[in-house]
Amino acid sequence: MARNNHTPSEKTPAPIGRHEELLTDWASDREAFKNVSWGKSMMWIFLLSDTFIFGTFLTGYMTVRMTTTVPWPNPSEVFALTIGGVELPLVLIAIMTFILISSSGTMAMAVNMGYRGDRKKAGILMLVTALFGLSFVSMQAFEWTKLIHEGVRPWENPFGAHQFGATFFMITGFHGLHVSVGVIYLTVVAIKVLKGDYERRGDYQIVEITGLYWHFVDLVWVFIFAFFYLW
Amino acid sequence: MTDETAKDYDAEMHEPTHFFTKYIWSQDHKVIAVQYSITAMAIGLVALVLSWLMRLQLGFPGVFDFIDQEAYYQYVTMHGMIMVIYLLTAFFLGGFGNYLIPLMVGARDMVFPYLNMLSYWVYLLAVLVLVASFFVTGGPTGAGWTLYPPQSILPGTPGYDGGIILMLVSLIIFIVAFTMGGLNYVTTILQARARGMTLMRMPLSVWGIFVATFMGLLAFPALFVSGVMLLLDRVIGTSFFMPEIVSLGEPLAYGGGSPLLFQHLFWFFGHPEVYIVALPAFGIVSDLLSVHARKAIFGYRMMVWALLAIGVLSFIVWAHHMYVSGMDPAFGYFFAVTTLIIAVPTAIKVYNWTLTLWKADIHLTIPMMFAIAFILTFVFGGLTGLFLGNVVVDVPLSDTYFVVAHFHMVMGVAPILVVFGAIYHWYPKITGRMLHEGMGKVHFWVTFLGTYAIYFPMHYLGFVGVPRRYYDYEDIEFIPDSVADLNMAITIAALVVGAAQLMFIYNLVWSLIWGKKADSNPWKANSLEWQTPDTPPKHGNWGVEMPTVYRWAYDFSVPGAAEDYMPQNMPPQPFEAHRAAHPEEGPEEDKPGEDKPEEGGT
Repeated sequence: MARNNHTPSEKTPAPIGRHEELLTDWASDREAFKNVSWGKSMMWIFLLSDTFIFGTFLTGYMTVRMTTTVPWPNPSEVFALTIGGVELPLVLIAIMTFILISSSGTMAMAVNMGYRGDRKKAGILMLVTALFGLSFVSMQAFEWTKLIHEGVRPWENPFGAHQFGATFFMITGFHGLHVSVGVIYLTVVAIKVLKGDYERRGDYQIVEITGLYWHFVDLVWVFIFAFFYLW
Repeated sequence: MTDETAKDYDAEMHEPTHFFTKYIWSQDHKVIAVQYSITAMAIGLVALVLSWLMRLQLGFPGVFDFIDQEAYYQYVTMHGMIMVIYLLTAFFLGGFGNYLIPLMVGARDMVFPYLNMLSYWVYLLAVLVLVASFFVTGGPTGAGWTLYPPQSILPGTPGYDGGIILMLVSLIIFIVAFTMGGLNYVTTILQARARGMTLMRMPLSVWGIFVATFMGLLAFPALFVSGVMLLLDRVIGTSFFMPEIVSLGEPLAYGGGSPLLFQHLFWFFGHPEVYIVALPAFGIVSDLLSVHARKAIFGYRMMVWALLAIGVLSFIVWAHHMYVSGMDPAFGYFFAVTTLIIAVPTAIKVYNWTLTLWKADIHLTIPMMFAIAFILTFVFGGLTGLFLGNVVVDVPLSDTYFVVAHFHMVMGVAPILVVFGAIYHWYPKITGRMLHEGMGKVHFWVTFLGTYAIYFPMHYLGFVGVPRRYYDYEDIEFIPDSVADLNMAITIAALVVGAAQLMFIYNLVWSLIWGKKADSNPWKANSLEWQTPDTPPKHGNWGVEMPTVYRWAYDFSVPGAAEDYMPQNMPPQPFEAHRAAHPEEGPEEDKPGEDKPEEGGT
């Protein structure tokens, strides 16, 4: 009779091995993933699909990097900042990466606090995560501005191959879009957490779902960082 | 049920009462399914007319002077793109997926109805953007449905101005729409089934749609990315796919990109796409055969595993579309092997369909005729696939009418026959009325025989070496005159087959008003969608009480049962319990002397 089939119809009796548990879950009725909400399973499937999008973007990047006849610019030089007369290679990107990875830490803490029912801490930690995300996007905007001032465009590039600018703006842009969406998503959920919406419902799973998205965006960044800045 | 729960039910269902929320901005999966189907059919009609125009030019070259070379290429391109993406994909997943999944797995609706509604409206937007490309300067793109760069985005190709841009934008929008719908379908199947509905009790229709949707979620990203990159190449002048190139005597600013990359990305999407269209057809046809042959589908488990195997394999065969593209020939060897391996699970399915018919109580209803026609057509198209899958045979046949005949048979005609069969099968559930049978029979015979009249001769054209996508064949020395006669015959057949589809649409409308009233289960089928309390099913599908599933969907002609079908929600019968307790007695058919067994019936 219940509209939401969140509770499995029959509890599996005795504790069994993980492999068998997987098999019994998938052989059972109603749900293949027991006690996983619709939203959470949908987020996982979406992220799988999104993985293919980023995977294809990066494959495209690697291919054009091989096909172009013009030398590829040296990322250590292009992405260097001159601070106090000293040229520091990759310094900005190191900070950005550090910030984004730290934000994954605060996100994980927020999920933990959510499940402990600590409304205030969960909400604040999510807002901190969103702030980290925002500062990441701001630094990316700064980096874009710097490169554009130096004459890098999607269709031309004073340092070498055209494709450098094209893939850089396209891939970091698409990732930045994901981060920006994530910041909005985190803020909306954080406000609802602080207002007590989920406390009344007794279900903080939405914090974890938001977290899944955020960790994914982070993980993608690790690959972009490795392929774009370190290669 | 107490009044209390009935009241809770009403409050929880949020049944819309206003016309707009009920039929236009509807979140009900059944209404969304009908919206998807009607939109797909409408745009499909455009593609049908385009194919007529193409055939008119080929059959009677020079007679219709409004068809010039540019227009011809635009017809070819738009016909292909509309049929594959906006008709077949949308119809199978958006139409049948939406209608059948919640009803067949026993859910009230999709898990996120609002997202489902958005999916339809975004799809409609994609269709409108596509249609808009007919009205911009230069018309729609004429780059061929594969949109290969560099030619697709360079001046000289029809639709260079706005057509190609709108085409790519429309594809990107379509993918967004598909993703919203697809996430819903997959999650509903995995997480919102009825009590007792295990994965291995699901009807094969649901399995086919499930695997196809999952494949779509993994394959469309490649089209999305290549669409974005091609759009950037065209609009802001990046060089992802563009090598150093001289166009109209002028060297262009492009350079250093890889046209081959586009082909790889396109076919990484494009080949799974073939199966995204085919797998729902496989699933649905299994159910049609089983219901109308009054017999369990042969080898249900193998059917499921074959669907999954085809789904996985279809991701590693894409470069068989590219044997003549100039890629490393060693690749061809690998892809030829995987292509031929995929014939194994496919053959398992064909054998199982055929064996389902073996000694069955075949009712030659219209859905059944379409289902049998599908098996024949699919086998026929599949066999020519064996020719094209081998590199050495493919090279001379590549880009001839043999290829046109092959893919139209296997992924054009075969799935569309299933679409028709499925509409005749489920129309009574959707509308509460039967489709007119006389018109249905005419529609079937004209479509079935007509498509053979169209595509069978094309194989010969291919062997003669007639290249495809040519505007006309005058003054080409190696093409004999007889080709013109054959082309004329094909054109006439195509016009007739097209007209039959118009009659089919007339039948859909006519039967809606004057069709014979259908009872809730006119085919005496087992799956849950036929067991709804109301026909057509109301908002929430099941009334107050959700169904409980006790058996698979294929308990037909069970010896000892009162009738020749046992719905999935029929509780275990006494004779079944008796048989389970006394397996040594064996089924009744082994004891021909006995009359009706005493434990039989309800």
